[in-house]
Amino acid sequence: MTEGRRGVRIQEDPEFKTLVSQKTIISFVLTVLELFLYFGFIWLIAYNKPFLSSKFYGVITWGIPIAVGTIILSWILTGIYVLWANNKYDTMVKNIREKIG
Amino acid sequence: MQQTTIGQVHLESILFFLLFVSGTLFITYWAAKRTRTTKEFYAAGRSITGFQNGLALAGDYMSAASFLGIAGLVSLKGYDGLIYSVGWLVGWPILTFLIAEPLRNLGKYTFADVVAYRLHQRPIRTAAATGSLITVLFYLIAQMVGAGTLIKLLFGLPYEIAIIIVGGLMISYVLFGGMLATTWVQIIKAVLLLGGATLLVILTLAQFGFNYGNLFNEAVTKYGDKFLEPGGLIANPLEAFSLGLALMFGTAGLPHILMRFYTVPDAKEARKSVFYATGFIGYFYILTVTIGFGAAVLVGQDIIAGIDKGGNMAAPLLAETLGGTPFLGFLSAVAFATILAVVAGLTLAGASALSHDLYVGVIRKGIANEKEEVRVAKAATLFLGVSAILLGIVFKGQNVAFMVGLAFAVAASANFPALLLSILWKRFTTKGAVASIYTGLALATGLIILSPTVWVDIIHSGDKKAIETKIKDIEKESKIKIDNLMAQRTTTKEQNTIDEMIKEEKQKASKAISNLKEQMPKPIFDMRNPGIISMSLSFVVGIIVSLIFRDKEAEKKFEDEKIRSFIGIGAE
Repeated sequence: MTEGRRGVRIQEDPEFKTLVSQKTIISFVLTVLELFLYFGFIWLIAYNKPFLSSKFYGVITWGIPIAVGTIILSWILTGIYVLWANNKYDTMVKNIREKIG
Repeated sequence: MQQTTIGQVHLESILFFLLFVSGTLFITYWAAKRTRTTKEFYAAGRSITGFQNGLALAGDYMSAASFLGIAGLVSLKGYDGLIYSVGWLVGWPILTFLIAEPLRNLGKYTFADVVAYRLHQRPIRTAAATGSLITVLFYLIAQMVGAGTLIKLLFGLPYEIAIIIVGGLMISYVLFGGMLATTWVQIIKAVLLLGGATLLVILTLAQFGFNYGNLFNEAVTKYGDKFLEPGGLIANPLEAFSLGLALMFGTAGLPHILMRFYTVPDAKEARKSVFYATGFIGYFYILTVTIGFGAAVLVGQDIIAGIDKGGNMAAPLLAETLGGTPFLGFLSAVAFATILAVVAGLTLAGASALSHDLYVGVIRKGIANEKEEVRVAKAATLFLGVSAILLGIVFKGQNVAFMVGLAFAVAASANFPALLLSILWKRFTTKGAVASIYTGLALATGLIILSPTVWVDIIHSGDKKAIETKIKDIEKESKIKIDNLMAQRTTTKEQNTIDEMIKEEKQKASKAISNLKEQMPKPIFDMRNPGIISMSLSFVVGIIVSLIFRDKEAEKKFEDEKIRSFIGIGAE
């Protein structure tokens, strides 16, 4: 467990504080982007059907690339998070663990 | 009309099915020898890699209902079906950003572990287990009833026999092989489903010179521009947002999905697995939508709707058209495998809520040895499995489609808010969590019962049908009268009088119809998806109650929780 002095040392470690705030910000920003993406799509369905029904290419309506794009962008956002976490986040975790022991 | 052999017993489908069953039972036998401790039974000994868990998550999530159902919806409704498929994916990024890693670091086997981490065990575990069980049970009933119906359509097997086969296999996997066998059943199913759907899409696109443009061109030629435009499926904006919320945050509150994150060794693998899962699931929905459009063009809506009104047979019909009976047989067996993987995951999640949260956490106050807990978990599996079979038979022929919606609404309103607040918010307290879970649970369930889906379409379905019949009769009678008058009109000179009479008749009929419409049973709560209310209030109540009744002890423990949550020190 992390109780006692070791816990306090981690809590007061500047690198731990940076890690917490960075991870919180990145999670928050990406969540907001995902909400914006999906509810933007729903908003278009609810309030702007004519746009989704307008032609994008040939007979294909704008609605199709937007729906498929929402799926693909959602995946890309998860990818961005995982890429960041695998590099930056894990390195910081490793540093803190080594420092505290 | 094109000949189809759907609904008949094929040698091919039975062969593929037997191959799948013997393969998975062999794996169960292998897994049984490795399933002795609780860690092995609930979490496959935390031995699953991120990539494997990604496949298993996809296998746990992609149900036969979404494969056959969305392909069918797209084939019959076009673009509207695509809207649905997007909703099923968007919860996964949320799961990645907010839940996966803290869940893995803080918990042991269930999401209740996380909520109860710094709060009082017994009230939290009781509430969280109730939320889990309600979610699992409704999802399970919907899957079982769907399974019986689908297998009857695909293989021509009697409904009850189908349910017993599905239930029996599901119990064997979970009871003997625990999470390890369940994981491999889900991995094999995901590979088969993704492979089968990919092959079907390749065969479909080959018909159109591998050009989506040609496919859409023919779809529009056949069904008009409307086919690629949003239609009437989502009429009311508020409904659309509410459904979106339930789908998005419900995904992040499904116990059988959350449980899978404990099967990997650490938070890093949990994070990777959810990335793979999102990719597989997104790819799967794009395939499914393509299959739907392909079926509309190559099979035709008349034939699809002729076999099943909901369009569930669109994908199998397309497989038969393009690959003959062998491919149909293969795809039918894949659909069967799909059902099994999902119900096995659900049963395991339900069993863990009963044994780990309720029995050990509440009844034994956290003190029980390994052997005892595994024994109770197995008993719970058997109990849930038999209940699922019985409920599947009881609900035969009932409209259970709303149950999946209910499961997602409960997951989003009862499970998700408490889980998120316990991870993120220092001031969250036991009273707040309990209040939040029960508020979400009561509102989601209550409002769905009072909604048009249950109150009108199920509880008052008799009244509704009687009035609809009366309306049809009036329309028929009035049409006959008008037709008669029209016939007279051509032979007489007093056209004005007859025009007057026609007008009068039309007015009389429309007045009678609007009178009858007034008598239609009305829902007490006029929304089909309560998410926007039940989820928001669950958050609000959880926050207000926590602010009123402070818990210094829990606040102090939050700093400690943060260390474990962020860097995994002390994680199991």
